[in-house]
Amino acid sequence: MSAHADTHDHDDHGHHHKETFVTKYIFSQDHKMIAKQYLITGTIMGVIGVLMSMMFRMQIAWPEEPNVLFEALLGKWAPDGVMDADIYLALVTIHGTIMVFFVLTAGLSGTFSNLLIPLQIGARDMASGFLNMVSYWMFFLSSVVMIISLFVEAGPASAGWTIYPPLSALPMAQGGSGMGMTLWLVSMAIFIASSLLGSLNYIVTVINLRTKGMSMTRLPLTIWAFFVTAIIGVVSFPVLLSAALLLIMDRSFGTSFFLSDIFIQGEVLHYQGGSPVLFEHLFWFLGHPEVYIVILPAMGLVSEIMATNSRKPIFGYRAMIVSILAIAFLSTIVWGHHMFISGMNPFLGSVFTFTTLLIAIPSAVKAFNWITTLWKGNLQMNPAMLFSIGFVSTFITGGLTGIILGDSALDINVHDTYFVVAHFHLVMGISALYGMFAGIYHWYPKMFGRMLNKNLGYIHFWITAICAYGVFFPMHFIGMAGLPRRYYTNSNFPLFDDLENVNVIITVFAIIGGIVQIVYLYNFFGSIFFGKKTVQNPWRSTTLEWTAPIKHIHGNWEGEIPHVHRWSYDYSKPGHDDDFVPQNVPMKEGEEELHH
Amino acid sequence: MTALLTIIVLVFITVAIWQMVKIFDLANVDSENAQIANYKDNKLNAYLMLGFLAFIYVITIVCFVLWGDLPLMSNSASEHGPGVDNLMIISMVLIFIVQTITQFLLHYFAFKYKGEKGRKALYFADNDKLEFIWTIIPVIVLAGLIIYGLFTWSDIMNIEQDDDTIVVELYAQQFNWKARYAGDDNVLGEANVRLINLDNANILGLDESDPNAQDDIITTELHLPVGKKVLFKMRSQDVLHSAYMPHFRAQMNCVPGMITQFGFTPTVTTAEMRQNPDMIDKVARINKIRSGNKEEIEARGQDVRYEFDYLLLCNKICGKSHYNMQMKIIVETEEEYNAWLKEQKKFKNSLVQN
Repeated sequence: MSAHADTHDHDDHGHHHKETFVTKYIFSQDHKMIAKQYLITGTIMGVIGVLMSMMFRMQIAWPEEPNVLFEALLGKWAPDGVMDADIYLALVTIHGTIMVFFVLTAGLSGTFSNLLIPLQIGARDMASGFLNMVSYWMFFLSSVVMIISLFVEAGPASAGWTIYPPLSALPMAQGGSGMGMTLWLVSMAIFIASSLLGSLNYIVTVINLRTKGMSMTRLPLTIWAFFVTAIIGVVSFPVLLSAALLLIMDRSFGTSFFLSDIFIQGEVLHYQGGSPVLFEHLFWFLGHPEVYIVILPAMGLVSEIMATNSRKPIFGYRAMIVSILAIAFLSTIVWGHHMFISGMNPFLGSVFTFTTLLIAIPSAVKAFNWITTLWKGNLQMNPAMLFSIGFVSTFITGGLTGIILGDSALDINVHDTYFVVAHFHLVMGISALYGMFAGIYHWYPKMFGRMLNKNLGYIHFWITAICAYGVFFPMHFIGMAGLPRRYYTNSNFPLFDDLENVNVIITVFAIIGGIVQIVYLYNFFGSIFFGKKTVQNPWRSTTLEWTAPIKHIHGNWEGEIPHVHRWSYDYSKPGHDDDFVPQNVPMKEGEEELHH
Repeated sequence: MTALLTIIVLVFITVAIWQMVKIFDLANVDSENAQIANYKDNKLNAYLMLGFLAFIYVITIVCFVLWGDLPLMSNSASEHGPGVDNLMIISMVLIFIVQTITQFLLHYFAFKYKGEKGRKALYFADNDKLEFIWTIIPVIVLAGLIIYGLFTWSDIMNIEQDDDTIVVELYAQQFNWKARYAGDDNVLGEANVRLINLDNANILGLDESDPNAQDDIITTELHLPVGKKVLFKMRSQDVLHSAYMPHFRAQMNCVPGMITQFGFTPTVTTAEMRQNPDMIDKVARINKIRSGNKEEIEARGQDVRYEFDYLLLCNKICGKSHYNMQMKIIVETEEEYNAWLKEQKKFKNSLVQN
């Protein structure tokens, strides 16, 4: 490892390349530029995803009422401004797909793994800059295909983001299962390839390219989180790819992997012997680890930001690593809790209840460790810190209801209701988004050399925080009242009429929460050009990225890569004048390092 | 119109925020690097943290007061229902306690330890004892919950069929439900979607040569006798559906190509449930809302007055009209049930002869 770093020191690659506009901004192999490309693509996809959610929320609150927004944006799918039932399902489907994969997987992990792995471990770049570039452009391509799928004649995919066959397999079952679903599958196949290339690169880089002195137990928790996330991705994404390929076979080549005994629109189809339950198994074998692919990087970012802004070491560094590993392991053996009532053997339900509730233990340890990190700290309330505290808050609120959903006996009655929607939006949607925002506010100076406006940041955080609870807290209650998700309107169920006003409240919060993101977008794009210039180490942080020059250079450091002499959490260490000691500062004589 | 007004109001809010920021910024020009939190920011946001804690508590209380009276927390109508509800209440209480304490600690620490002049953070990186405590407590609590949950689950899923069990097939298709009763022999006839023959009205694909199928009864309403165990065999002819019967704490997916099952014993008749004081309140509340929306509801061609009925809902996305795939469930006394069943056509008599 150290030998490798040394050879790198003498290899000043990058300095002799002549950079053109195309190699610098478009087909760049520099991890910092690729990180920015991921972030901006993810942001654009995020805007589309959020806009979709606001549209279907309006439909739920004011069902079948004409709406100028629908008329303007949905075209033929909203004749006279009244939303069509098919496009409602499509909006729900594509919102889920975009937010889970394009924003919270590629946008979050893609951005920060790329930006931080080389900078924080002390490497010139990713192990393979070329693969990294290919990975981004495949992600871009998959985004484009997904967007194109919105415009096909019979409508975009609308079988839910879980695309369970036979609904997703049969064009006669639903308009969206025609060309729309084909493009969805193609887009996801490209996306998975992109994600795998990225993950392999992250793993190899972390293992091989750490600078001298950067042992695994000195790594910042961000790197641990990205590293383990990449491993989960490599283990589980191929299974989704295989499921997608088998589904393509069923759809286009007449195989029967997931289909059997179907009579639809007056005719019997030839499919025989397959089972939709098999697809559910394959889907959730990725689908569940996917939520950890989303949340672990956010956890890493939050740990790092909390320690920095508390001016304290992260509490229980080793316990944090162990719980990341435990979560990663358990995440691959809990998928069945999405399938308690799918018709699988009830004994399997018992097994999955057991493993699922086990995962609460490392999660609880992490939550307690974050809270203890705040205790007796010297908290600097930067916007990134607020989002980190918000992350812990929503992670707890959303995580606790997992105890109900993971319990097979209780899941029977809240399965696929709004209770589930509330649970996963808080625990992985909002939380991961907070983690992403925290990361953006914190590392914006590293990315763009300028600061984000903090007051806009405060307004962004507080209104978002209130709206997030305003949307998702009451939602638990309509779920417990038995209201199924993905209903275009509830007007055929007088039983739920007394929930009508709850839905209006939720929608109003959702609209305010959505609109306030404009403040953030303004701040983000405006500050690229007009933000205040940053100083070298604005947050007085210990990690290596802040020793790199503000102006981006290919290869990250001029001259030698800094060597590492301590772990990344020496904040307020007794015996030092400053309240932080960067990792590249050698140990004083007689100074003791923790944990080695 | 409401939507348009809301949007306009929100645009004004946005403009107001914009102006507020300008004021903030102008007030902030003095400090050295204005975009890093200073003591003033720390203090303001620390107090906002306390306020936010209060907000979380208030929204919790408001939600429980307004919507906490839920059909799913009480008034179950099946034998296993109270067991599920107990477990639900225990879990909820537990969640409530943990939520209250941890949110307090998080936000209170954020308030108390805000960065102030002269404050120095404690170099506190590890404490094995503390970490052991908060590992072992969740372990014990969860062990209890897991054991309780597993007993409840195996109790529900243990469907032993005896002579007294009524076997009913729930048949799902886009976008309606059918029920098939086994008839006098209490055995469902063989069926497969390949045998569906719309010409002679064999819509569920029963095997016309199977003697067990002859006395089967196909209905569009689900009637159940109170106090008798029912075993449902679920089938779907096209895509996944889910038979969700919330009042009975029952749900199972209907999967094309296989038969899934779920069993329960209804304990409260529809008539009794309508007399339940909680239900009377709920129905009155709903009817008040409905009379307010009278024109809208009449325009849809529905009855304005609502009367309680148990429902079977589709709870797995199944296509365009997923939102309206339902079947009425009527729980009645055994005499009423038998009388109703007698009136229904037997399969062999329901076929159209060409």
